[in-house]
Amino acid sequence: MSDTTAYQGAGATPYEPGFGDYVQLLKPRVMSLVVFTALVGLLVAPVHLHPVEAFSAILFIALGAGASGALNMWWDADIDAVMKRTARRPVPAGKVAGGEALGLGMALSGISIVMLWLATNWLAAALLAFTIFFYAVVYSMWLKRSTPQNIVIGGAAGAFPPMIGWVAATGNVSVEAFLMFALIFMWTPPHFWALALFMKEDYHTAGVPMLTVTHGRKATRAHILVYTLLLVPVALGAAVTSIGGPFTLAVAVVLNAWFVVGAWRIWRRDEAVAEADKYAVEKAFFRFSLLYLFLHFAAFLVELALKSAGLGGW
Amino acid sequence: MTFRPEHELHKRRFSRNLGLGLTLVAFVVLVFALTVVKVQRGDPLQGYDHTYQPALLPKVETQP
Repeated sequence: MSDTTAYQGAGATPYEPGFGDYVQLLKPRVMSLVVFTALVGLLVAPVHLHPVEAFSAILFIALGAGASGALNMWWDADIDAVMKRTARRPVPAGKVAGGEALGLGMALSGISIVMLWLATNWLAAALLAFTIFFYAVVYSMWLKRSTPQNIVIGGAAGAFPPMIGWVAATGNVSVEAFLMFALIFMWTPPHFWALALFMKEDYHTAGVPMLTVTHGRKATRAHILVYTLLLVPVALGAAVTSIGGPFTLAVAVVLNAWFVVGAWRIWRRDEAVAEADKYAVEKAFFRFSLLYLFLHFAAFLVELALKSAGLGGW
Repeated sequence: MTFRPEHELHKRRFSRNLGLGLTLVAFVVLVFALTVVKVQRGDPLQGYDHTYQPALLPKVETQP
């Protein structure tokens, strides 16, 4: 019996997932951030890879991140189904079976780790393996449903790519790689808590213990301010290392001043005011947080270009 | 002899099959390119197949 005869006997036309549905499992928007930060980590490193090796390194780091996204979608399908923001993802929408997401995630995890090892070095591959494990197991399976600190600790998974890019080039971890990691790690909580403030029903409906659900919105506003203040020395610290320079430091000062002002405004507001203007300040802070991270890493690249022209660097 | 008309199921699977096919071709090209780069640069080969590996030779004791 061929697949078409089996199909003819099946009755109603089932949805046939296209290639794009499988790509959606890899969370392409998250992958774009991974590609950018990993690329910056790799380019600002003092050791330069052959372009083919560099391309392979970025590709397999992104693929590993995509694999962890597929594993997350397999595990969190029940939560995703009840949240407006995630209900249209391929598994809860019924486009791709959960088992397929698991299989794709496992296969791509193995391929990306082995290929990154072959293309660069074992330490970069080990860090990628740890990142996938951290996101899929530590964050998705454990922290996300059990503690309001889920975003704080789980943020490490998204912070590893620039460090892996650096390690792929140099073969070791240095203070610059650690500070690029710390920049994303400290940025993640304010970014997601701002989102949680204006997507308030989603996490509550799904029963995810976000800080807004467990400790209330006032406490969340205070946490956003505290983490934003803690982010400042990390961002300025990165700007005074070998990957920074006067330009990076100036960018860091402006971005962090702006970010702190935004966090301060969020902290000063109460729910009645926020409801009245439909969370305009929180939404603006969230949008700026995306720009904040992009511009920080872009500044490292500009500094690199200035250095090669004999202008930048310390 | 005539070809049977393409089944509607195969039409709907076309994008998936094409995407997977192109991905596999790209992967083969990438592995080939990586191999060329690694071999041309003469990275140390750690295999046991016909490769001279001085690091694996036993140390020779010498009198001071």
